Amino acid sequence: MEEFVYDSVYLSSDDFREGRVLFEMWEPNARYAWDAGVAISRYLQGLKAAKLIGRSCPDCSRVLVPPRMFCESCFYPTDKWVTLRDTGTVLTFSRCYITWDLIQLEEPQMPAVIEIDGASSGMGIMHMLGEVDPEALAIGMRVRAVWKPPDERSGSITDIAYFRPLEE
Amino acid sequence: MTGDRVAVVGAGMTKFVRRAQETPKELSWEAAHLALQSCEMTIDDVDAVVIGTAPDAFDGVHMKSEYLSDGCGGWGKPLIRGYVGGGTGVFAAIQGWYHVASGLFDTVLVVCEEKMSSCQPHPQAAFLTIFDHTTERPLKPNLLWIFALEMNAYMNRYGLSKRDIATVSVKNKRNAADHPAALLGDPDITVEDVLNSPVLAWPVQRLDVSPVTDGAVALVMSANHVARRVTDRPVWVEGVGWNLDTAYWTNRDLSYPVYVEEAARMAYDMAGISEPRQQIHIAEPYDPFDYKELHHLEGLMLFDRGEAPRAAADGITQRDGDLPVCPSGGLLGVGNPIAAAGLMKVAEIFWQLRGEAGARQVPGNPKRGLAQAWGDLMQVGTVVVMGV
Repeated sequence: MEEFVYDSVYLSSDDFREGRVLFEMWEPNARYAWDAGVAISRYLQGLKAAKLIGRSCPDCSRVLVPPRMFCESCFYPTDKWVTLRDTGTVLTFSRCYITWDLIQLEEPQMPAVIEIDGASSGMGIMHMLGEVDPEALAIGMRVRAVWKPPDERSGSITDIAYFRPLEE
Repeated sequence: MTGDRVAVVGAGMTKFVRRAQETPKELSWEAAHLALQSCEMTIDDVDAVVIGTAPDAFDGVHMKSEYLSDGCGGWGKPLIRGYVGGGTGVFAAIQGWYHVASGLFDTVLVVCEEKMSSCQPHPQAAFLTIFDHTTERPLKPNLLWIFALEMNAYMNRYGLSKRDIATVSVKNKRNAADHPAALLGDPDITVEDVLNSPVLAWPVQRLDVSPVTDGAVALVMSANHVARRVTDRPVWVEGVGWNLDTAYWTNRDLSYPVYVEEAARMAYDMAGISEPRQQIHIAEPYDPFDYKELHHLEGLMLFDRGEAPRAAADGITQRDGDLPVCPSGGLLGVGNPIAAAGLMKVAEIFWQLRGEAGARQVPGNPKRGLAQAWGDLMQVGTVVVMGV
C-alpha cells in the first residue's frame, strides 16, 4: 500500500517562527447570549437560593438532574419539581494539571461527576472538588456543596463554589 | 444483509503530519487521487461523493464540506457530509455503503479530511463548545476532563492500574513504526516511557493520548457488478451499525460504552455474526486514548467487561496474537486527524484483508475484520464489519 500514501509536506514550528512559509491569521470576535431555557432557568433560580432542584418523570419515576422538561428515556413530559439535597457521592474525578491551551497548573483542578442525593441513582452533575488533598480523592467519597455567600450568588452553576468532603 | 452487495475496491491516504503545508482541499485531493489510482478508476467513474470532516471551527471555515468539495471530486455530483464527531470516519464508510446498497449509485468516493493545526493556540478551543453552555461551561472545563473522568471510572470499576493500560499505547506506537503514513511510530517505546510521561489530567498522561494531526484518507466503494469488474480482490462490507447515547453524560455509567455494544449488535446481526470472538479475525477499535481501545474492545463484545487489559498484557492483541488489534498503529501511533483517523481504520482492514499491509500484515490470512470509531460527547459508536 506504500504507493498509495501521498507524501504530504510537513511544516515545523520553525518554518512559522522564521517566516519561511506564508499564512494568514484571523481572530474571530464571536459573542453569544444563551437562553437558559425553561428547566434550567428554574435550576438556576434554585442555585441562587442555595438549593439543587431536579425534575421527575411520571412515567419512569426517575428524578432527573440537571432538570429537563421531558424525559429522554420515556419521551414524555416531566411534571414535578423536586428539591434535592446539596450532598452527594463522587462517581469519578480527575486531577488536572493543565489548562485547555496547555498552560501548566501548580495546583490541580479537581473536576468530578457527583451523584446528587435525592436524585435517582447515577444522576450526577459535573462540578469541582475543593478543601481536600488532591491525593486523598477517591471514588465513592461523600461530599457537600460549598455555597457562595448570598450576595455573591447570581443564578449560575458557579453559585456552588465547589464540593468538599462531608464529615458524617 | 440488506440491499445490494457493496465492496471497498480502492483506498489512498496522505501522510499524517503535525502540520501540513497543504490546504484541507489539497489534502483531500491527494487522498482521493490515490484512492482512485489504486483501483484504476477516474473521477468519471464516481457517481456520488461522501465527505467526512469534523467541526467547521477547526478550520474557521463555515460549510466546510462545500469548501472541500472540489478537492474531493464533488463538482457536479450528488454530495453529502456526515458528522458524528470522532465517529465520523467510520460513519462516512457507512454512508458510502448505504448510498450504494440502496441502489441509487454504483460507485461512491468517500473522503475524510482533517486539518487540526490551523486552530490556534490549540484545536482544543474548537472542542470546548461541546460542554453545556449554562450548566457546565461556567466551570471552565477542558476536553481532557471528560476522558480523565471516564478513564478513572473504568479503572475504578475493574481495579485496573495505569500499567495495565499503558501496554496499549506501547503496542500501537510500535505497530505504527511499520506504517508509511505514521506521525508517531516508535519501535523502542516502553511501558516505563508511558508511565513516566507528564500527567495532564490524572489518570491521563502525555503518552496515553493521540497527537494533534493533519491528514486525509479516501475509499472507493462500488456495487457488486462494478466491484467484480474493477478488482479480483473486493473487500465486502458485511455489516454496519451506529448508535447514540444520551447527551446527559453525567447521568451515564461511564465505565462501559453501551452505545458501542448497540452499534456492534446492529453490525453483527447484519453480517450474520453470532460469535464475534471466533468470527472477527482483526479489529481496529478507536484509540484516541489508550484506555479507549480496551473500553471499545469490551463494548464490541470481543472481551468480557474488565478483561481487555489482561488480554492486552498477555499479548493476545499484538499483531501476531490471537486477535490483532490496531495493527495499523491506530490513532496513538499513526495519528489522529479526527475524521480521517476513523477512515484510516477502515482502509487498514481493507489492506489487511487483501494481504497488502506490507510490514504490518497480520499472519494467518484474516478473512473478516472490523473498524470502529467513537465520538460526539463520548456517546456515539460507529462500526463497520468487512470480509473477503
